[in-house]
Amino acid sequence: MAKKVLVLGEVRDGELRNVSYEAVAAAKEIAEGGEIVSVLCGESVSGLADNLIHYGADRVLVIEDEKLKTYTTDGYAQALLQVIDQEDPEGIVFGHTAMGKDLSPRLAAKLGSGLVSDVTGIENTGGNLIYTRPIYSGKAFEKKIITDGISFVTIRPNNIAALEKDESRSGDVTNIDVSIKDLRTIVKEIVRKTTDGVDLSEAKIIVAGGRGVKSAEGFGPLEELAEVLGAAVGASRGACDAEYCDYGLQIGQTGKVVTPDLYIACGISGAIQHLAGMSNSKIIVAINKDPEANIFNIADYGIVGDLFEVVPKLTEEFKKVLV
Amino acid sequence: MNIYVILKRTFDTEEKIVIENGKISEDGVEFIINPYDEYAVEEAIKLRDEHGGEVTVVTVGEEESDKQLRTALAMGADKSVLIDDEDVEDGDQFSTAKILAAYFEDKEVDIIIGGNVAIDGASGQVGPRLAELLDIPHVTTITKLEIDGTNVKIERDVEGDVEVIETSLPVLVTAQQGLNEPRYPSLPGIMKAKKKPLEELEIDDLDLDEDEVEGKTRTLEVYLPPEKQAGKVLEGELDDQVKELVSLLRSEAKVI
Repeated sequence: MAKKVLVLGEVRDGELRNVSYEAVAAAKEIAEGGEIVSVLCGESVSGLADNLIHYGADRVLVIEDEKLKTYTTDGYAQALLQVIDQEDPEGIVFGHTAMGKDLSPRLAAKLGSGLVSDVTGIENTGGNLIYTRPIYSGKAFEKKIITDGISFVTIRPNNIAALEKDESRSGDVTNIDVSIKDLRTIVKEIVRKTTDGVDLSEAKIIVAGGRGVKSAEGFGPLEELAEVLGAAVGASRGACDAEYCDYGLQIGQTGKVVTPDLYIACGISGAIQHLAGMSNSKIIVAINKDPEANIFNIADYGIVGDLFEVVPKLTEEFKKVLV
Repeated sequence: MNIYVILKRTFDTEEKIVIENGKISEDGVEFIINPYDEYAVEEAIKLRDEHGGEVTVVTVGEEESDKQLRTALAMGADKSVLIDDEDVEDGDQFSTAKILAAYFEDKEVDIIIGGNVAIDGASGQVGPRLAELLDIPHVTTITKLEIDGTNVKIERDVEGDVEVIETSLPVLVTAQQGLNEPRYPSLPGIMKAKKKPLEELEIDDLDLDEDEVEGKTRTLEVYLPPEKQAGKVLEGELDDQVKELVSLLRSEAKVI
């Protein structure tokens, strides 16, 4: 049965996040031939609407309001509730990002709906939409269905492939007004800490360091390698606890769970808590002095050696071949 | 100040997952307070020590969650409540939030603190859902909390960046790593905890019918991912290994 499905487009630094295109693809699966309506909120965002159409949305609703310039739970919740009321969709898809995680449960609670978070796969079996998601940070998976209310879904970045971009697609882009009342939380300031702009959860390549990096400076060679590869830098809990780096970089069962195409683990022993956060990466490379390190048991390729010797050589080699 | 913590009992992070008869086996598993909820307990105790008042720790779960509540009491919380949800069919985050909302209905709340996510189900839904049902604002993934009268200043982690937020009480917040260093229960703390109140409630006690709290989602299946096979450990001169690795990543794995 064809269904109407909304997708919240997420804008960062003036660009749509890749996960929003993936969300359109997820919505297509859920809609079973129905209409995909993307929603864009913010200030001067209408220029991005066509991109959503090129990636598969049928229509885009643009809400430009200075109160939506910065994400706040109340502002976005009010805007989306009005859109939901107007459009009466059967489903709504978000990226499982800071924004999606913060907003979707609040809306689902308001509407008494089921929400499946952090979805990595969607299949349609005889008219039943079955959502796959990791539990215990990927040590296991579960398959779920939504039994009541509007189907709320958040999808994990990098898992559901976006559709091929088709610039010949066209669709309506409509500006709508919503009334945003008092915001109970106010964002006073945003302090940028992420340095190179490659976000861990969306990165295709991650270079991660463990206790083996020995110090904050020890991350230097890893950062150089990451730069050559356009990768994000991550860390194990050991490295964070030892204060070699910020907790924002932590990958593991506490910390971020990542599924990049390539994960290069440098000086990481491979504690269960770390493996839970990265073992579903497509290809894993381990670099470690200890040939007995647990990380080699799950790595596709391993080099036994001192990371301070291996990583700079690797950087040089990649430089040579990637020109 | 009326400070509440919502807490969940979870598997220890070092546990392996075993599936038996289609369910995750709890045989011989060590349980802990969900690590993110531990930050919530610590923050609640610090707030009480600074502003006065009382810390009440509430959990929805199995009877055995009393152990985690005792741990929170031993850390320094004042009271605890265990709401047994054994009778709830197909319970999900909707159910837990609804049960908690019924519990909080007649409570005077200044702040509710939870973890931003539980390391088992990892949906992160219960906090924001509960805030909505109680019609109070919420702030997720906080790393710093300052309260002055009813004014609240918060720093929250947004994918590595820091957002500075202002709001006012009552509010629900969820803890992110970095908020504090949870204390270990002291021996006198453990002794005292034995005498602190641990109230046990059933769904009926909250005037809820089982139908009202039935989940809005259902789990069909749990399964383990295919085991990752150990791959190739390269050999030879380091320079050759590095060359080989780069070439394998390009031609065999095709990820670069």
